[in-house]
Amino acid sequence: MNAIEVTDMTVAYGEKPVLWDVDLEVRKGVLMAIVGPNGAGKTTLIRAVLGLVKPAAGQALVHGRPYAAQRSLVAYVPQRGSVDWDFPTSVLDVVLMGRYGRIGWVRRPGKVDREAAREALAQVGMADLAGRQISQLSGGQQQRVFLARALVQHAEVYFMDEPFQGVDATTEKAIVELLRALREQGKTVVAVHHDLQTVPEYFDEVTLLNVRRIASGAVDEVFTEENLRRTYGGRAALFGRNGA
Amino acid sequence: MSGDLLAIGLFSDYTLRTVALGSAALGITSGALGTFAVLRRQSLLGDAISHAALPGVALAFLLTGSKAPLALVVGAALAGFVGTLVVMGVTRTTRIKYDSALGIVLSVFFGFGLVLLTFIQRRPDATQAGLDRFLFGQAAALLRRDLVTQAVLGAVALAAMLLVWKELKLLSFDPDFGQSLGFPMRALDVLLTSLLVTAIVIGLQTVGVVLMAAMVIAPAAAARQWTDRLGLVALVAGLFGAAAGVIGAVVSAEAERLPTGPTIVLCASAIVLVSLLFAPRRGLLWREARGRRDRRRLRLAAVLEDLWTLERQHVDGAHAHSAAVLAVMSGGAERSLAELEQQGLVRRVGDEWALTDRGRAEAAGRESR
Repeated sequence: MNAIEVTDMTVAYGEKPVLWDVDLEVRKGVLMAIVGPNGAGKTTLIRAVLGLVKPAAGQALVHGRPYAAQRSLVAYVPQRGSVDWDFPTSVLDVVLMGRYGRIGWVRRPGKVDREAAREALAQVGMADLAGRQISQLSGGQQQRVFLARALVQHAEVYFMDEPFQGVDATTEKAIVELLRALREQGKTVVAVHHDLQTVPEYFDEVTLLNVRRIASGAVDEVFTEENLRRTYGGRAALFGRNGA
Repeated sequence: MSGDLLAIGLFSDYTLRTVALGSAALGITSGALGTFAVLRRQSLLGDAISHAALPGVALAFLLTGSKAPLALVVGAALAGFVGTLVVMGVTRTTRIKYDSALGIVLSVFFGFGLVLLTFIQRRPDATQAGLDRFLFGQAAALLRRDLVTQAVLGAVALAAMLLVWKELKLLSFDPDFGQSLGFPMRALDVLLTSLLVTAIVIGLQTVGVVLMAAMVIAPAAAARQWTDRLGLVALVAGLFGAAAGVIGAVVSAEAERLPTGPTIVLCASAIVLVSLLFAPRRGLLWREARGRRDRRRLRLAAVLEDLWTLERQHVDGAHAHSAAVLAVMSGGAERSLAELEQQGLVRRVGDEWALTDRGRAEAAGRESR
């Protein structure tokens, strides 16, 4: 049984198809990157799987069952720029939001939840910033708060939207270590990724996407210059496996 | 009227007490719930809702023939709610943007309300007298039954807000993440809007449809200046709202022919102004002061480092230089030198300036950092 199985996923905004008939299989314990040019539908693919946009067709299975029945197995790390970081709240409070699903309606986070949140913050190297107001965080710290929020979900499958976008070297290293730790625990990670150079180093598998799925599989096999050219339309020659 | 007299007046005068309590109830409710509207950048939604409520008031009167507060409030709430549904529907199904949709709903509903109001006032019977107070509000006309309606509705809205506090926080900060956790964000959005509608309609009679939006926006915007915690923002916004409501309503009830809505809104605006200027960290004065402090620190550091650099160009240790040399390197050197002398970091040598031992250590330490 695969961790994730997406079939025929198709999303259109108005007349324009954003995703067209995309299949995706991700085995358990795999770190997979989704790469492709701007407007290729990478974010939309994740959002469609998570039910945040309504697909015109297609379905997504997580650990063999429809996503809606498996929410507790799935954690989501949205793009850092998708929220207002001037919102009046603290780091710990944002991380606690990852527990809301398991806490359920109306009840407030308790001691166990706070401990889990502090533990997750320690995992991303932000233990001493728990009480900080979120507007005072650097971009990298914001990203790590989002990762900690996903960690407290104690999920099996992690969807991350550009976790490396605009982060400092410390954060980049922390995220890479985190990804490896997750893989060691047998968790599955699917991450939208922009930096083609680091794909072979950070990820086991890669899906090349440009509205349609161009290729998907082990980095060794499918992350080829030929496939990149087909994905990026020739503009990616510089970024070939051994190029640049 | 002095403070003491005002306080005595508040508690002894029945009308005044009704007015004050009613305004406090509406201020707390609209302030606290307005916090979410402001944080979600939906401030103008309040404006659309309150204007859209006017035809509801008029229709409720036409249908029931009475001015019972509950009937009018329910009418206002239904119309306000329909107004927001139209806004949502228009943005979802057409290419019209959110702000334009708000403007359309606001003006169409308000215009329709004015037409109905005129129609009602031209009718011969006298029961309609006073409906026009829904335009600009009139606290002096508040009756005990109005107060009870306002207090009960406000309490219900606030209780509901506290009950789903955590979910509303999720909705306001990161609705997509909330949706991925399985919380129905659209339903929560509708719930929050309904609570906002409630907060607005209980204020209509006192503040009026034209300015009620200010009571949703102003207290929350002011409170945000003072604290970085969501719970405190809502609490402080409630208190600000109550203060503006009570002061404005009492003043307008005491003075003849002073409309209540504008008076309350002026009080709320004063609170906003003070908050924008004086709040620690976010206030304009605070930020200006911090900017000056930073610039001064930089200016002093530059002179100190220049002296240190100059000194090392000479073989003898504590070489002094004239201010003119320093002025070549950084402007305003004379003033900076005087300030540094006060801090004991430089000393005068005749007409020239040299580092003290402490100044040298400071400059060296700065360089190695």
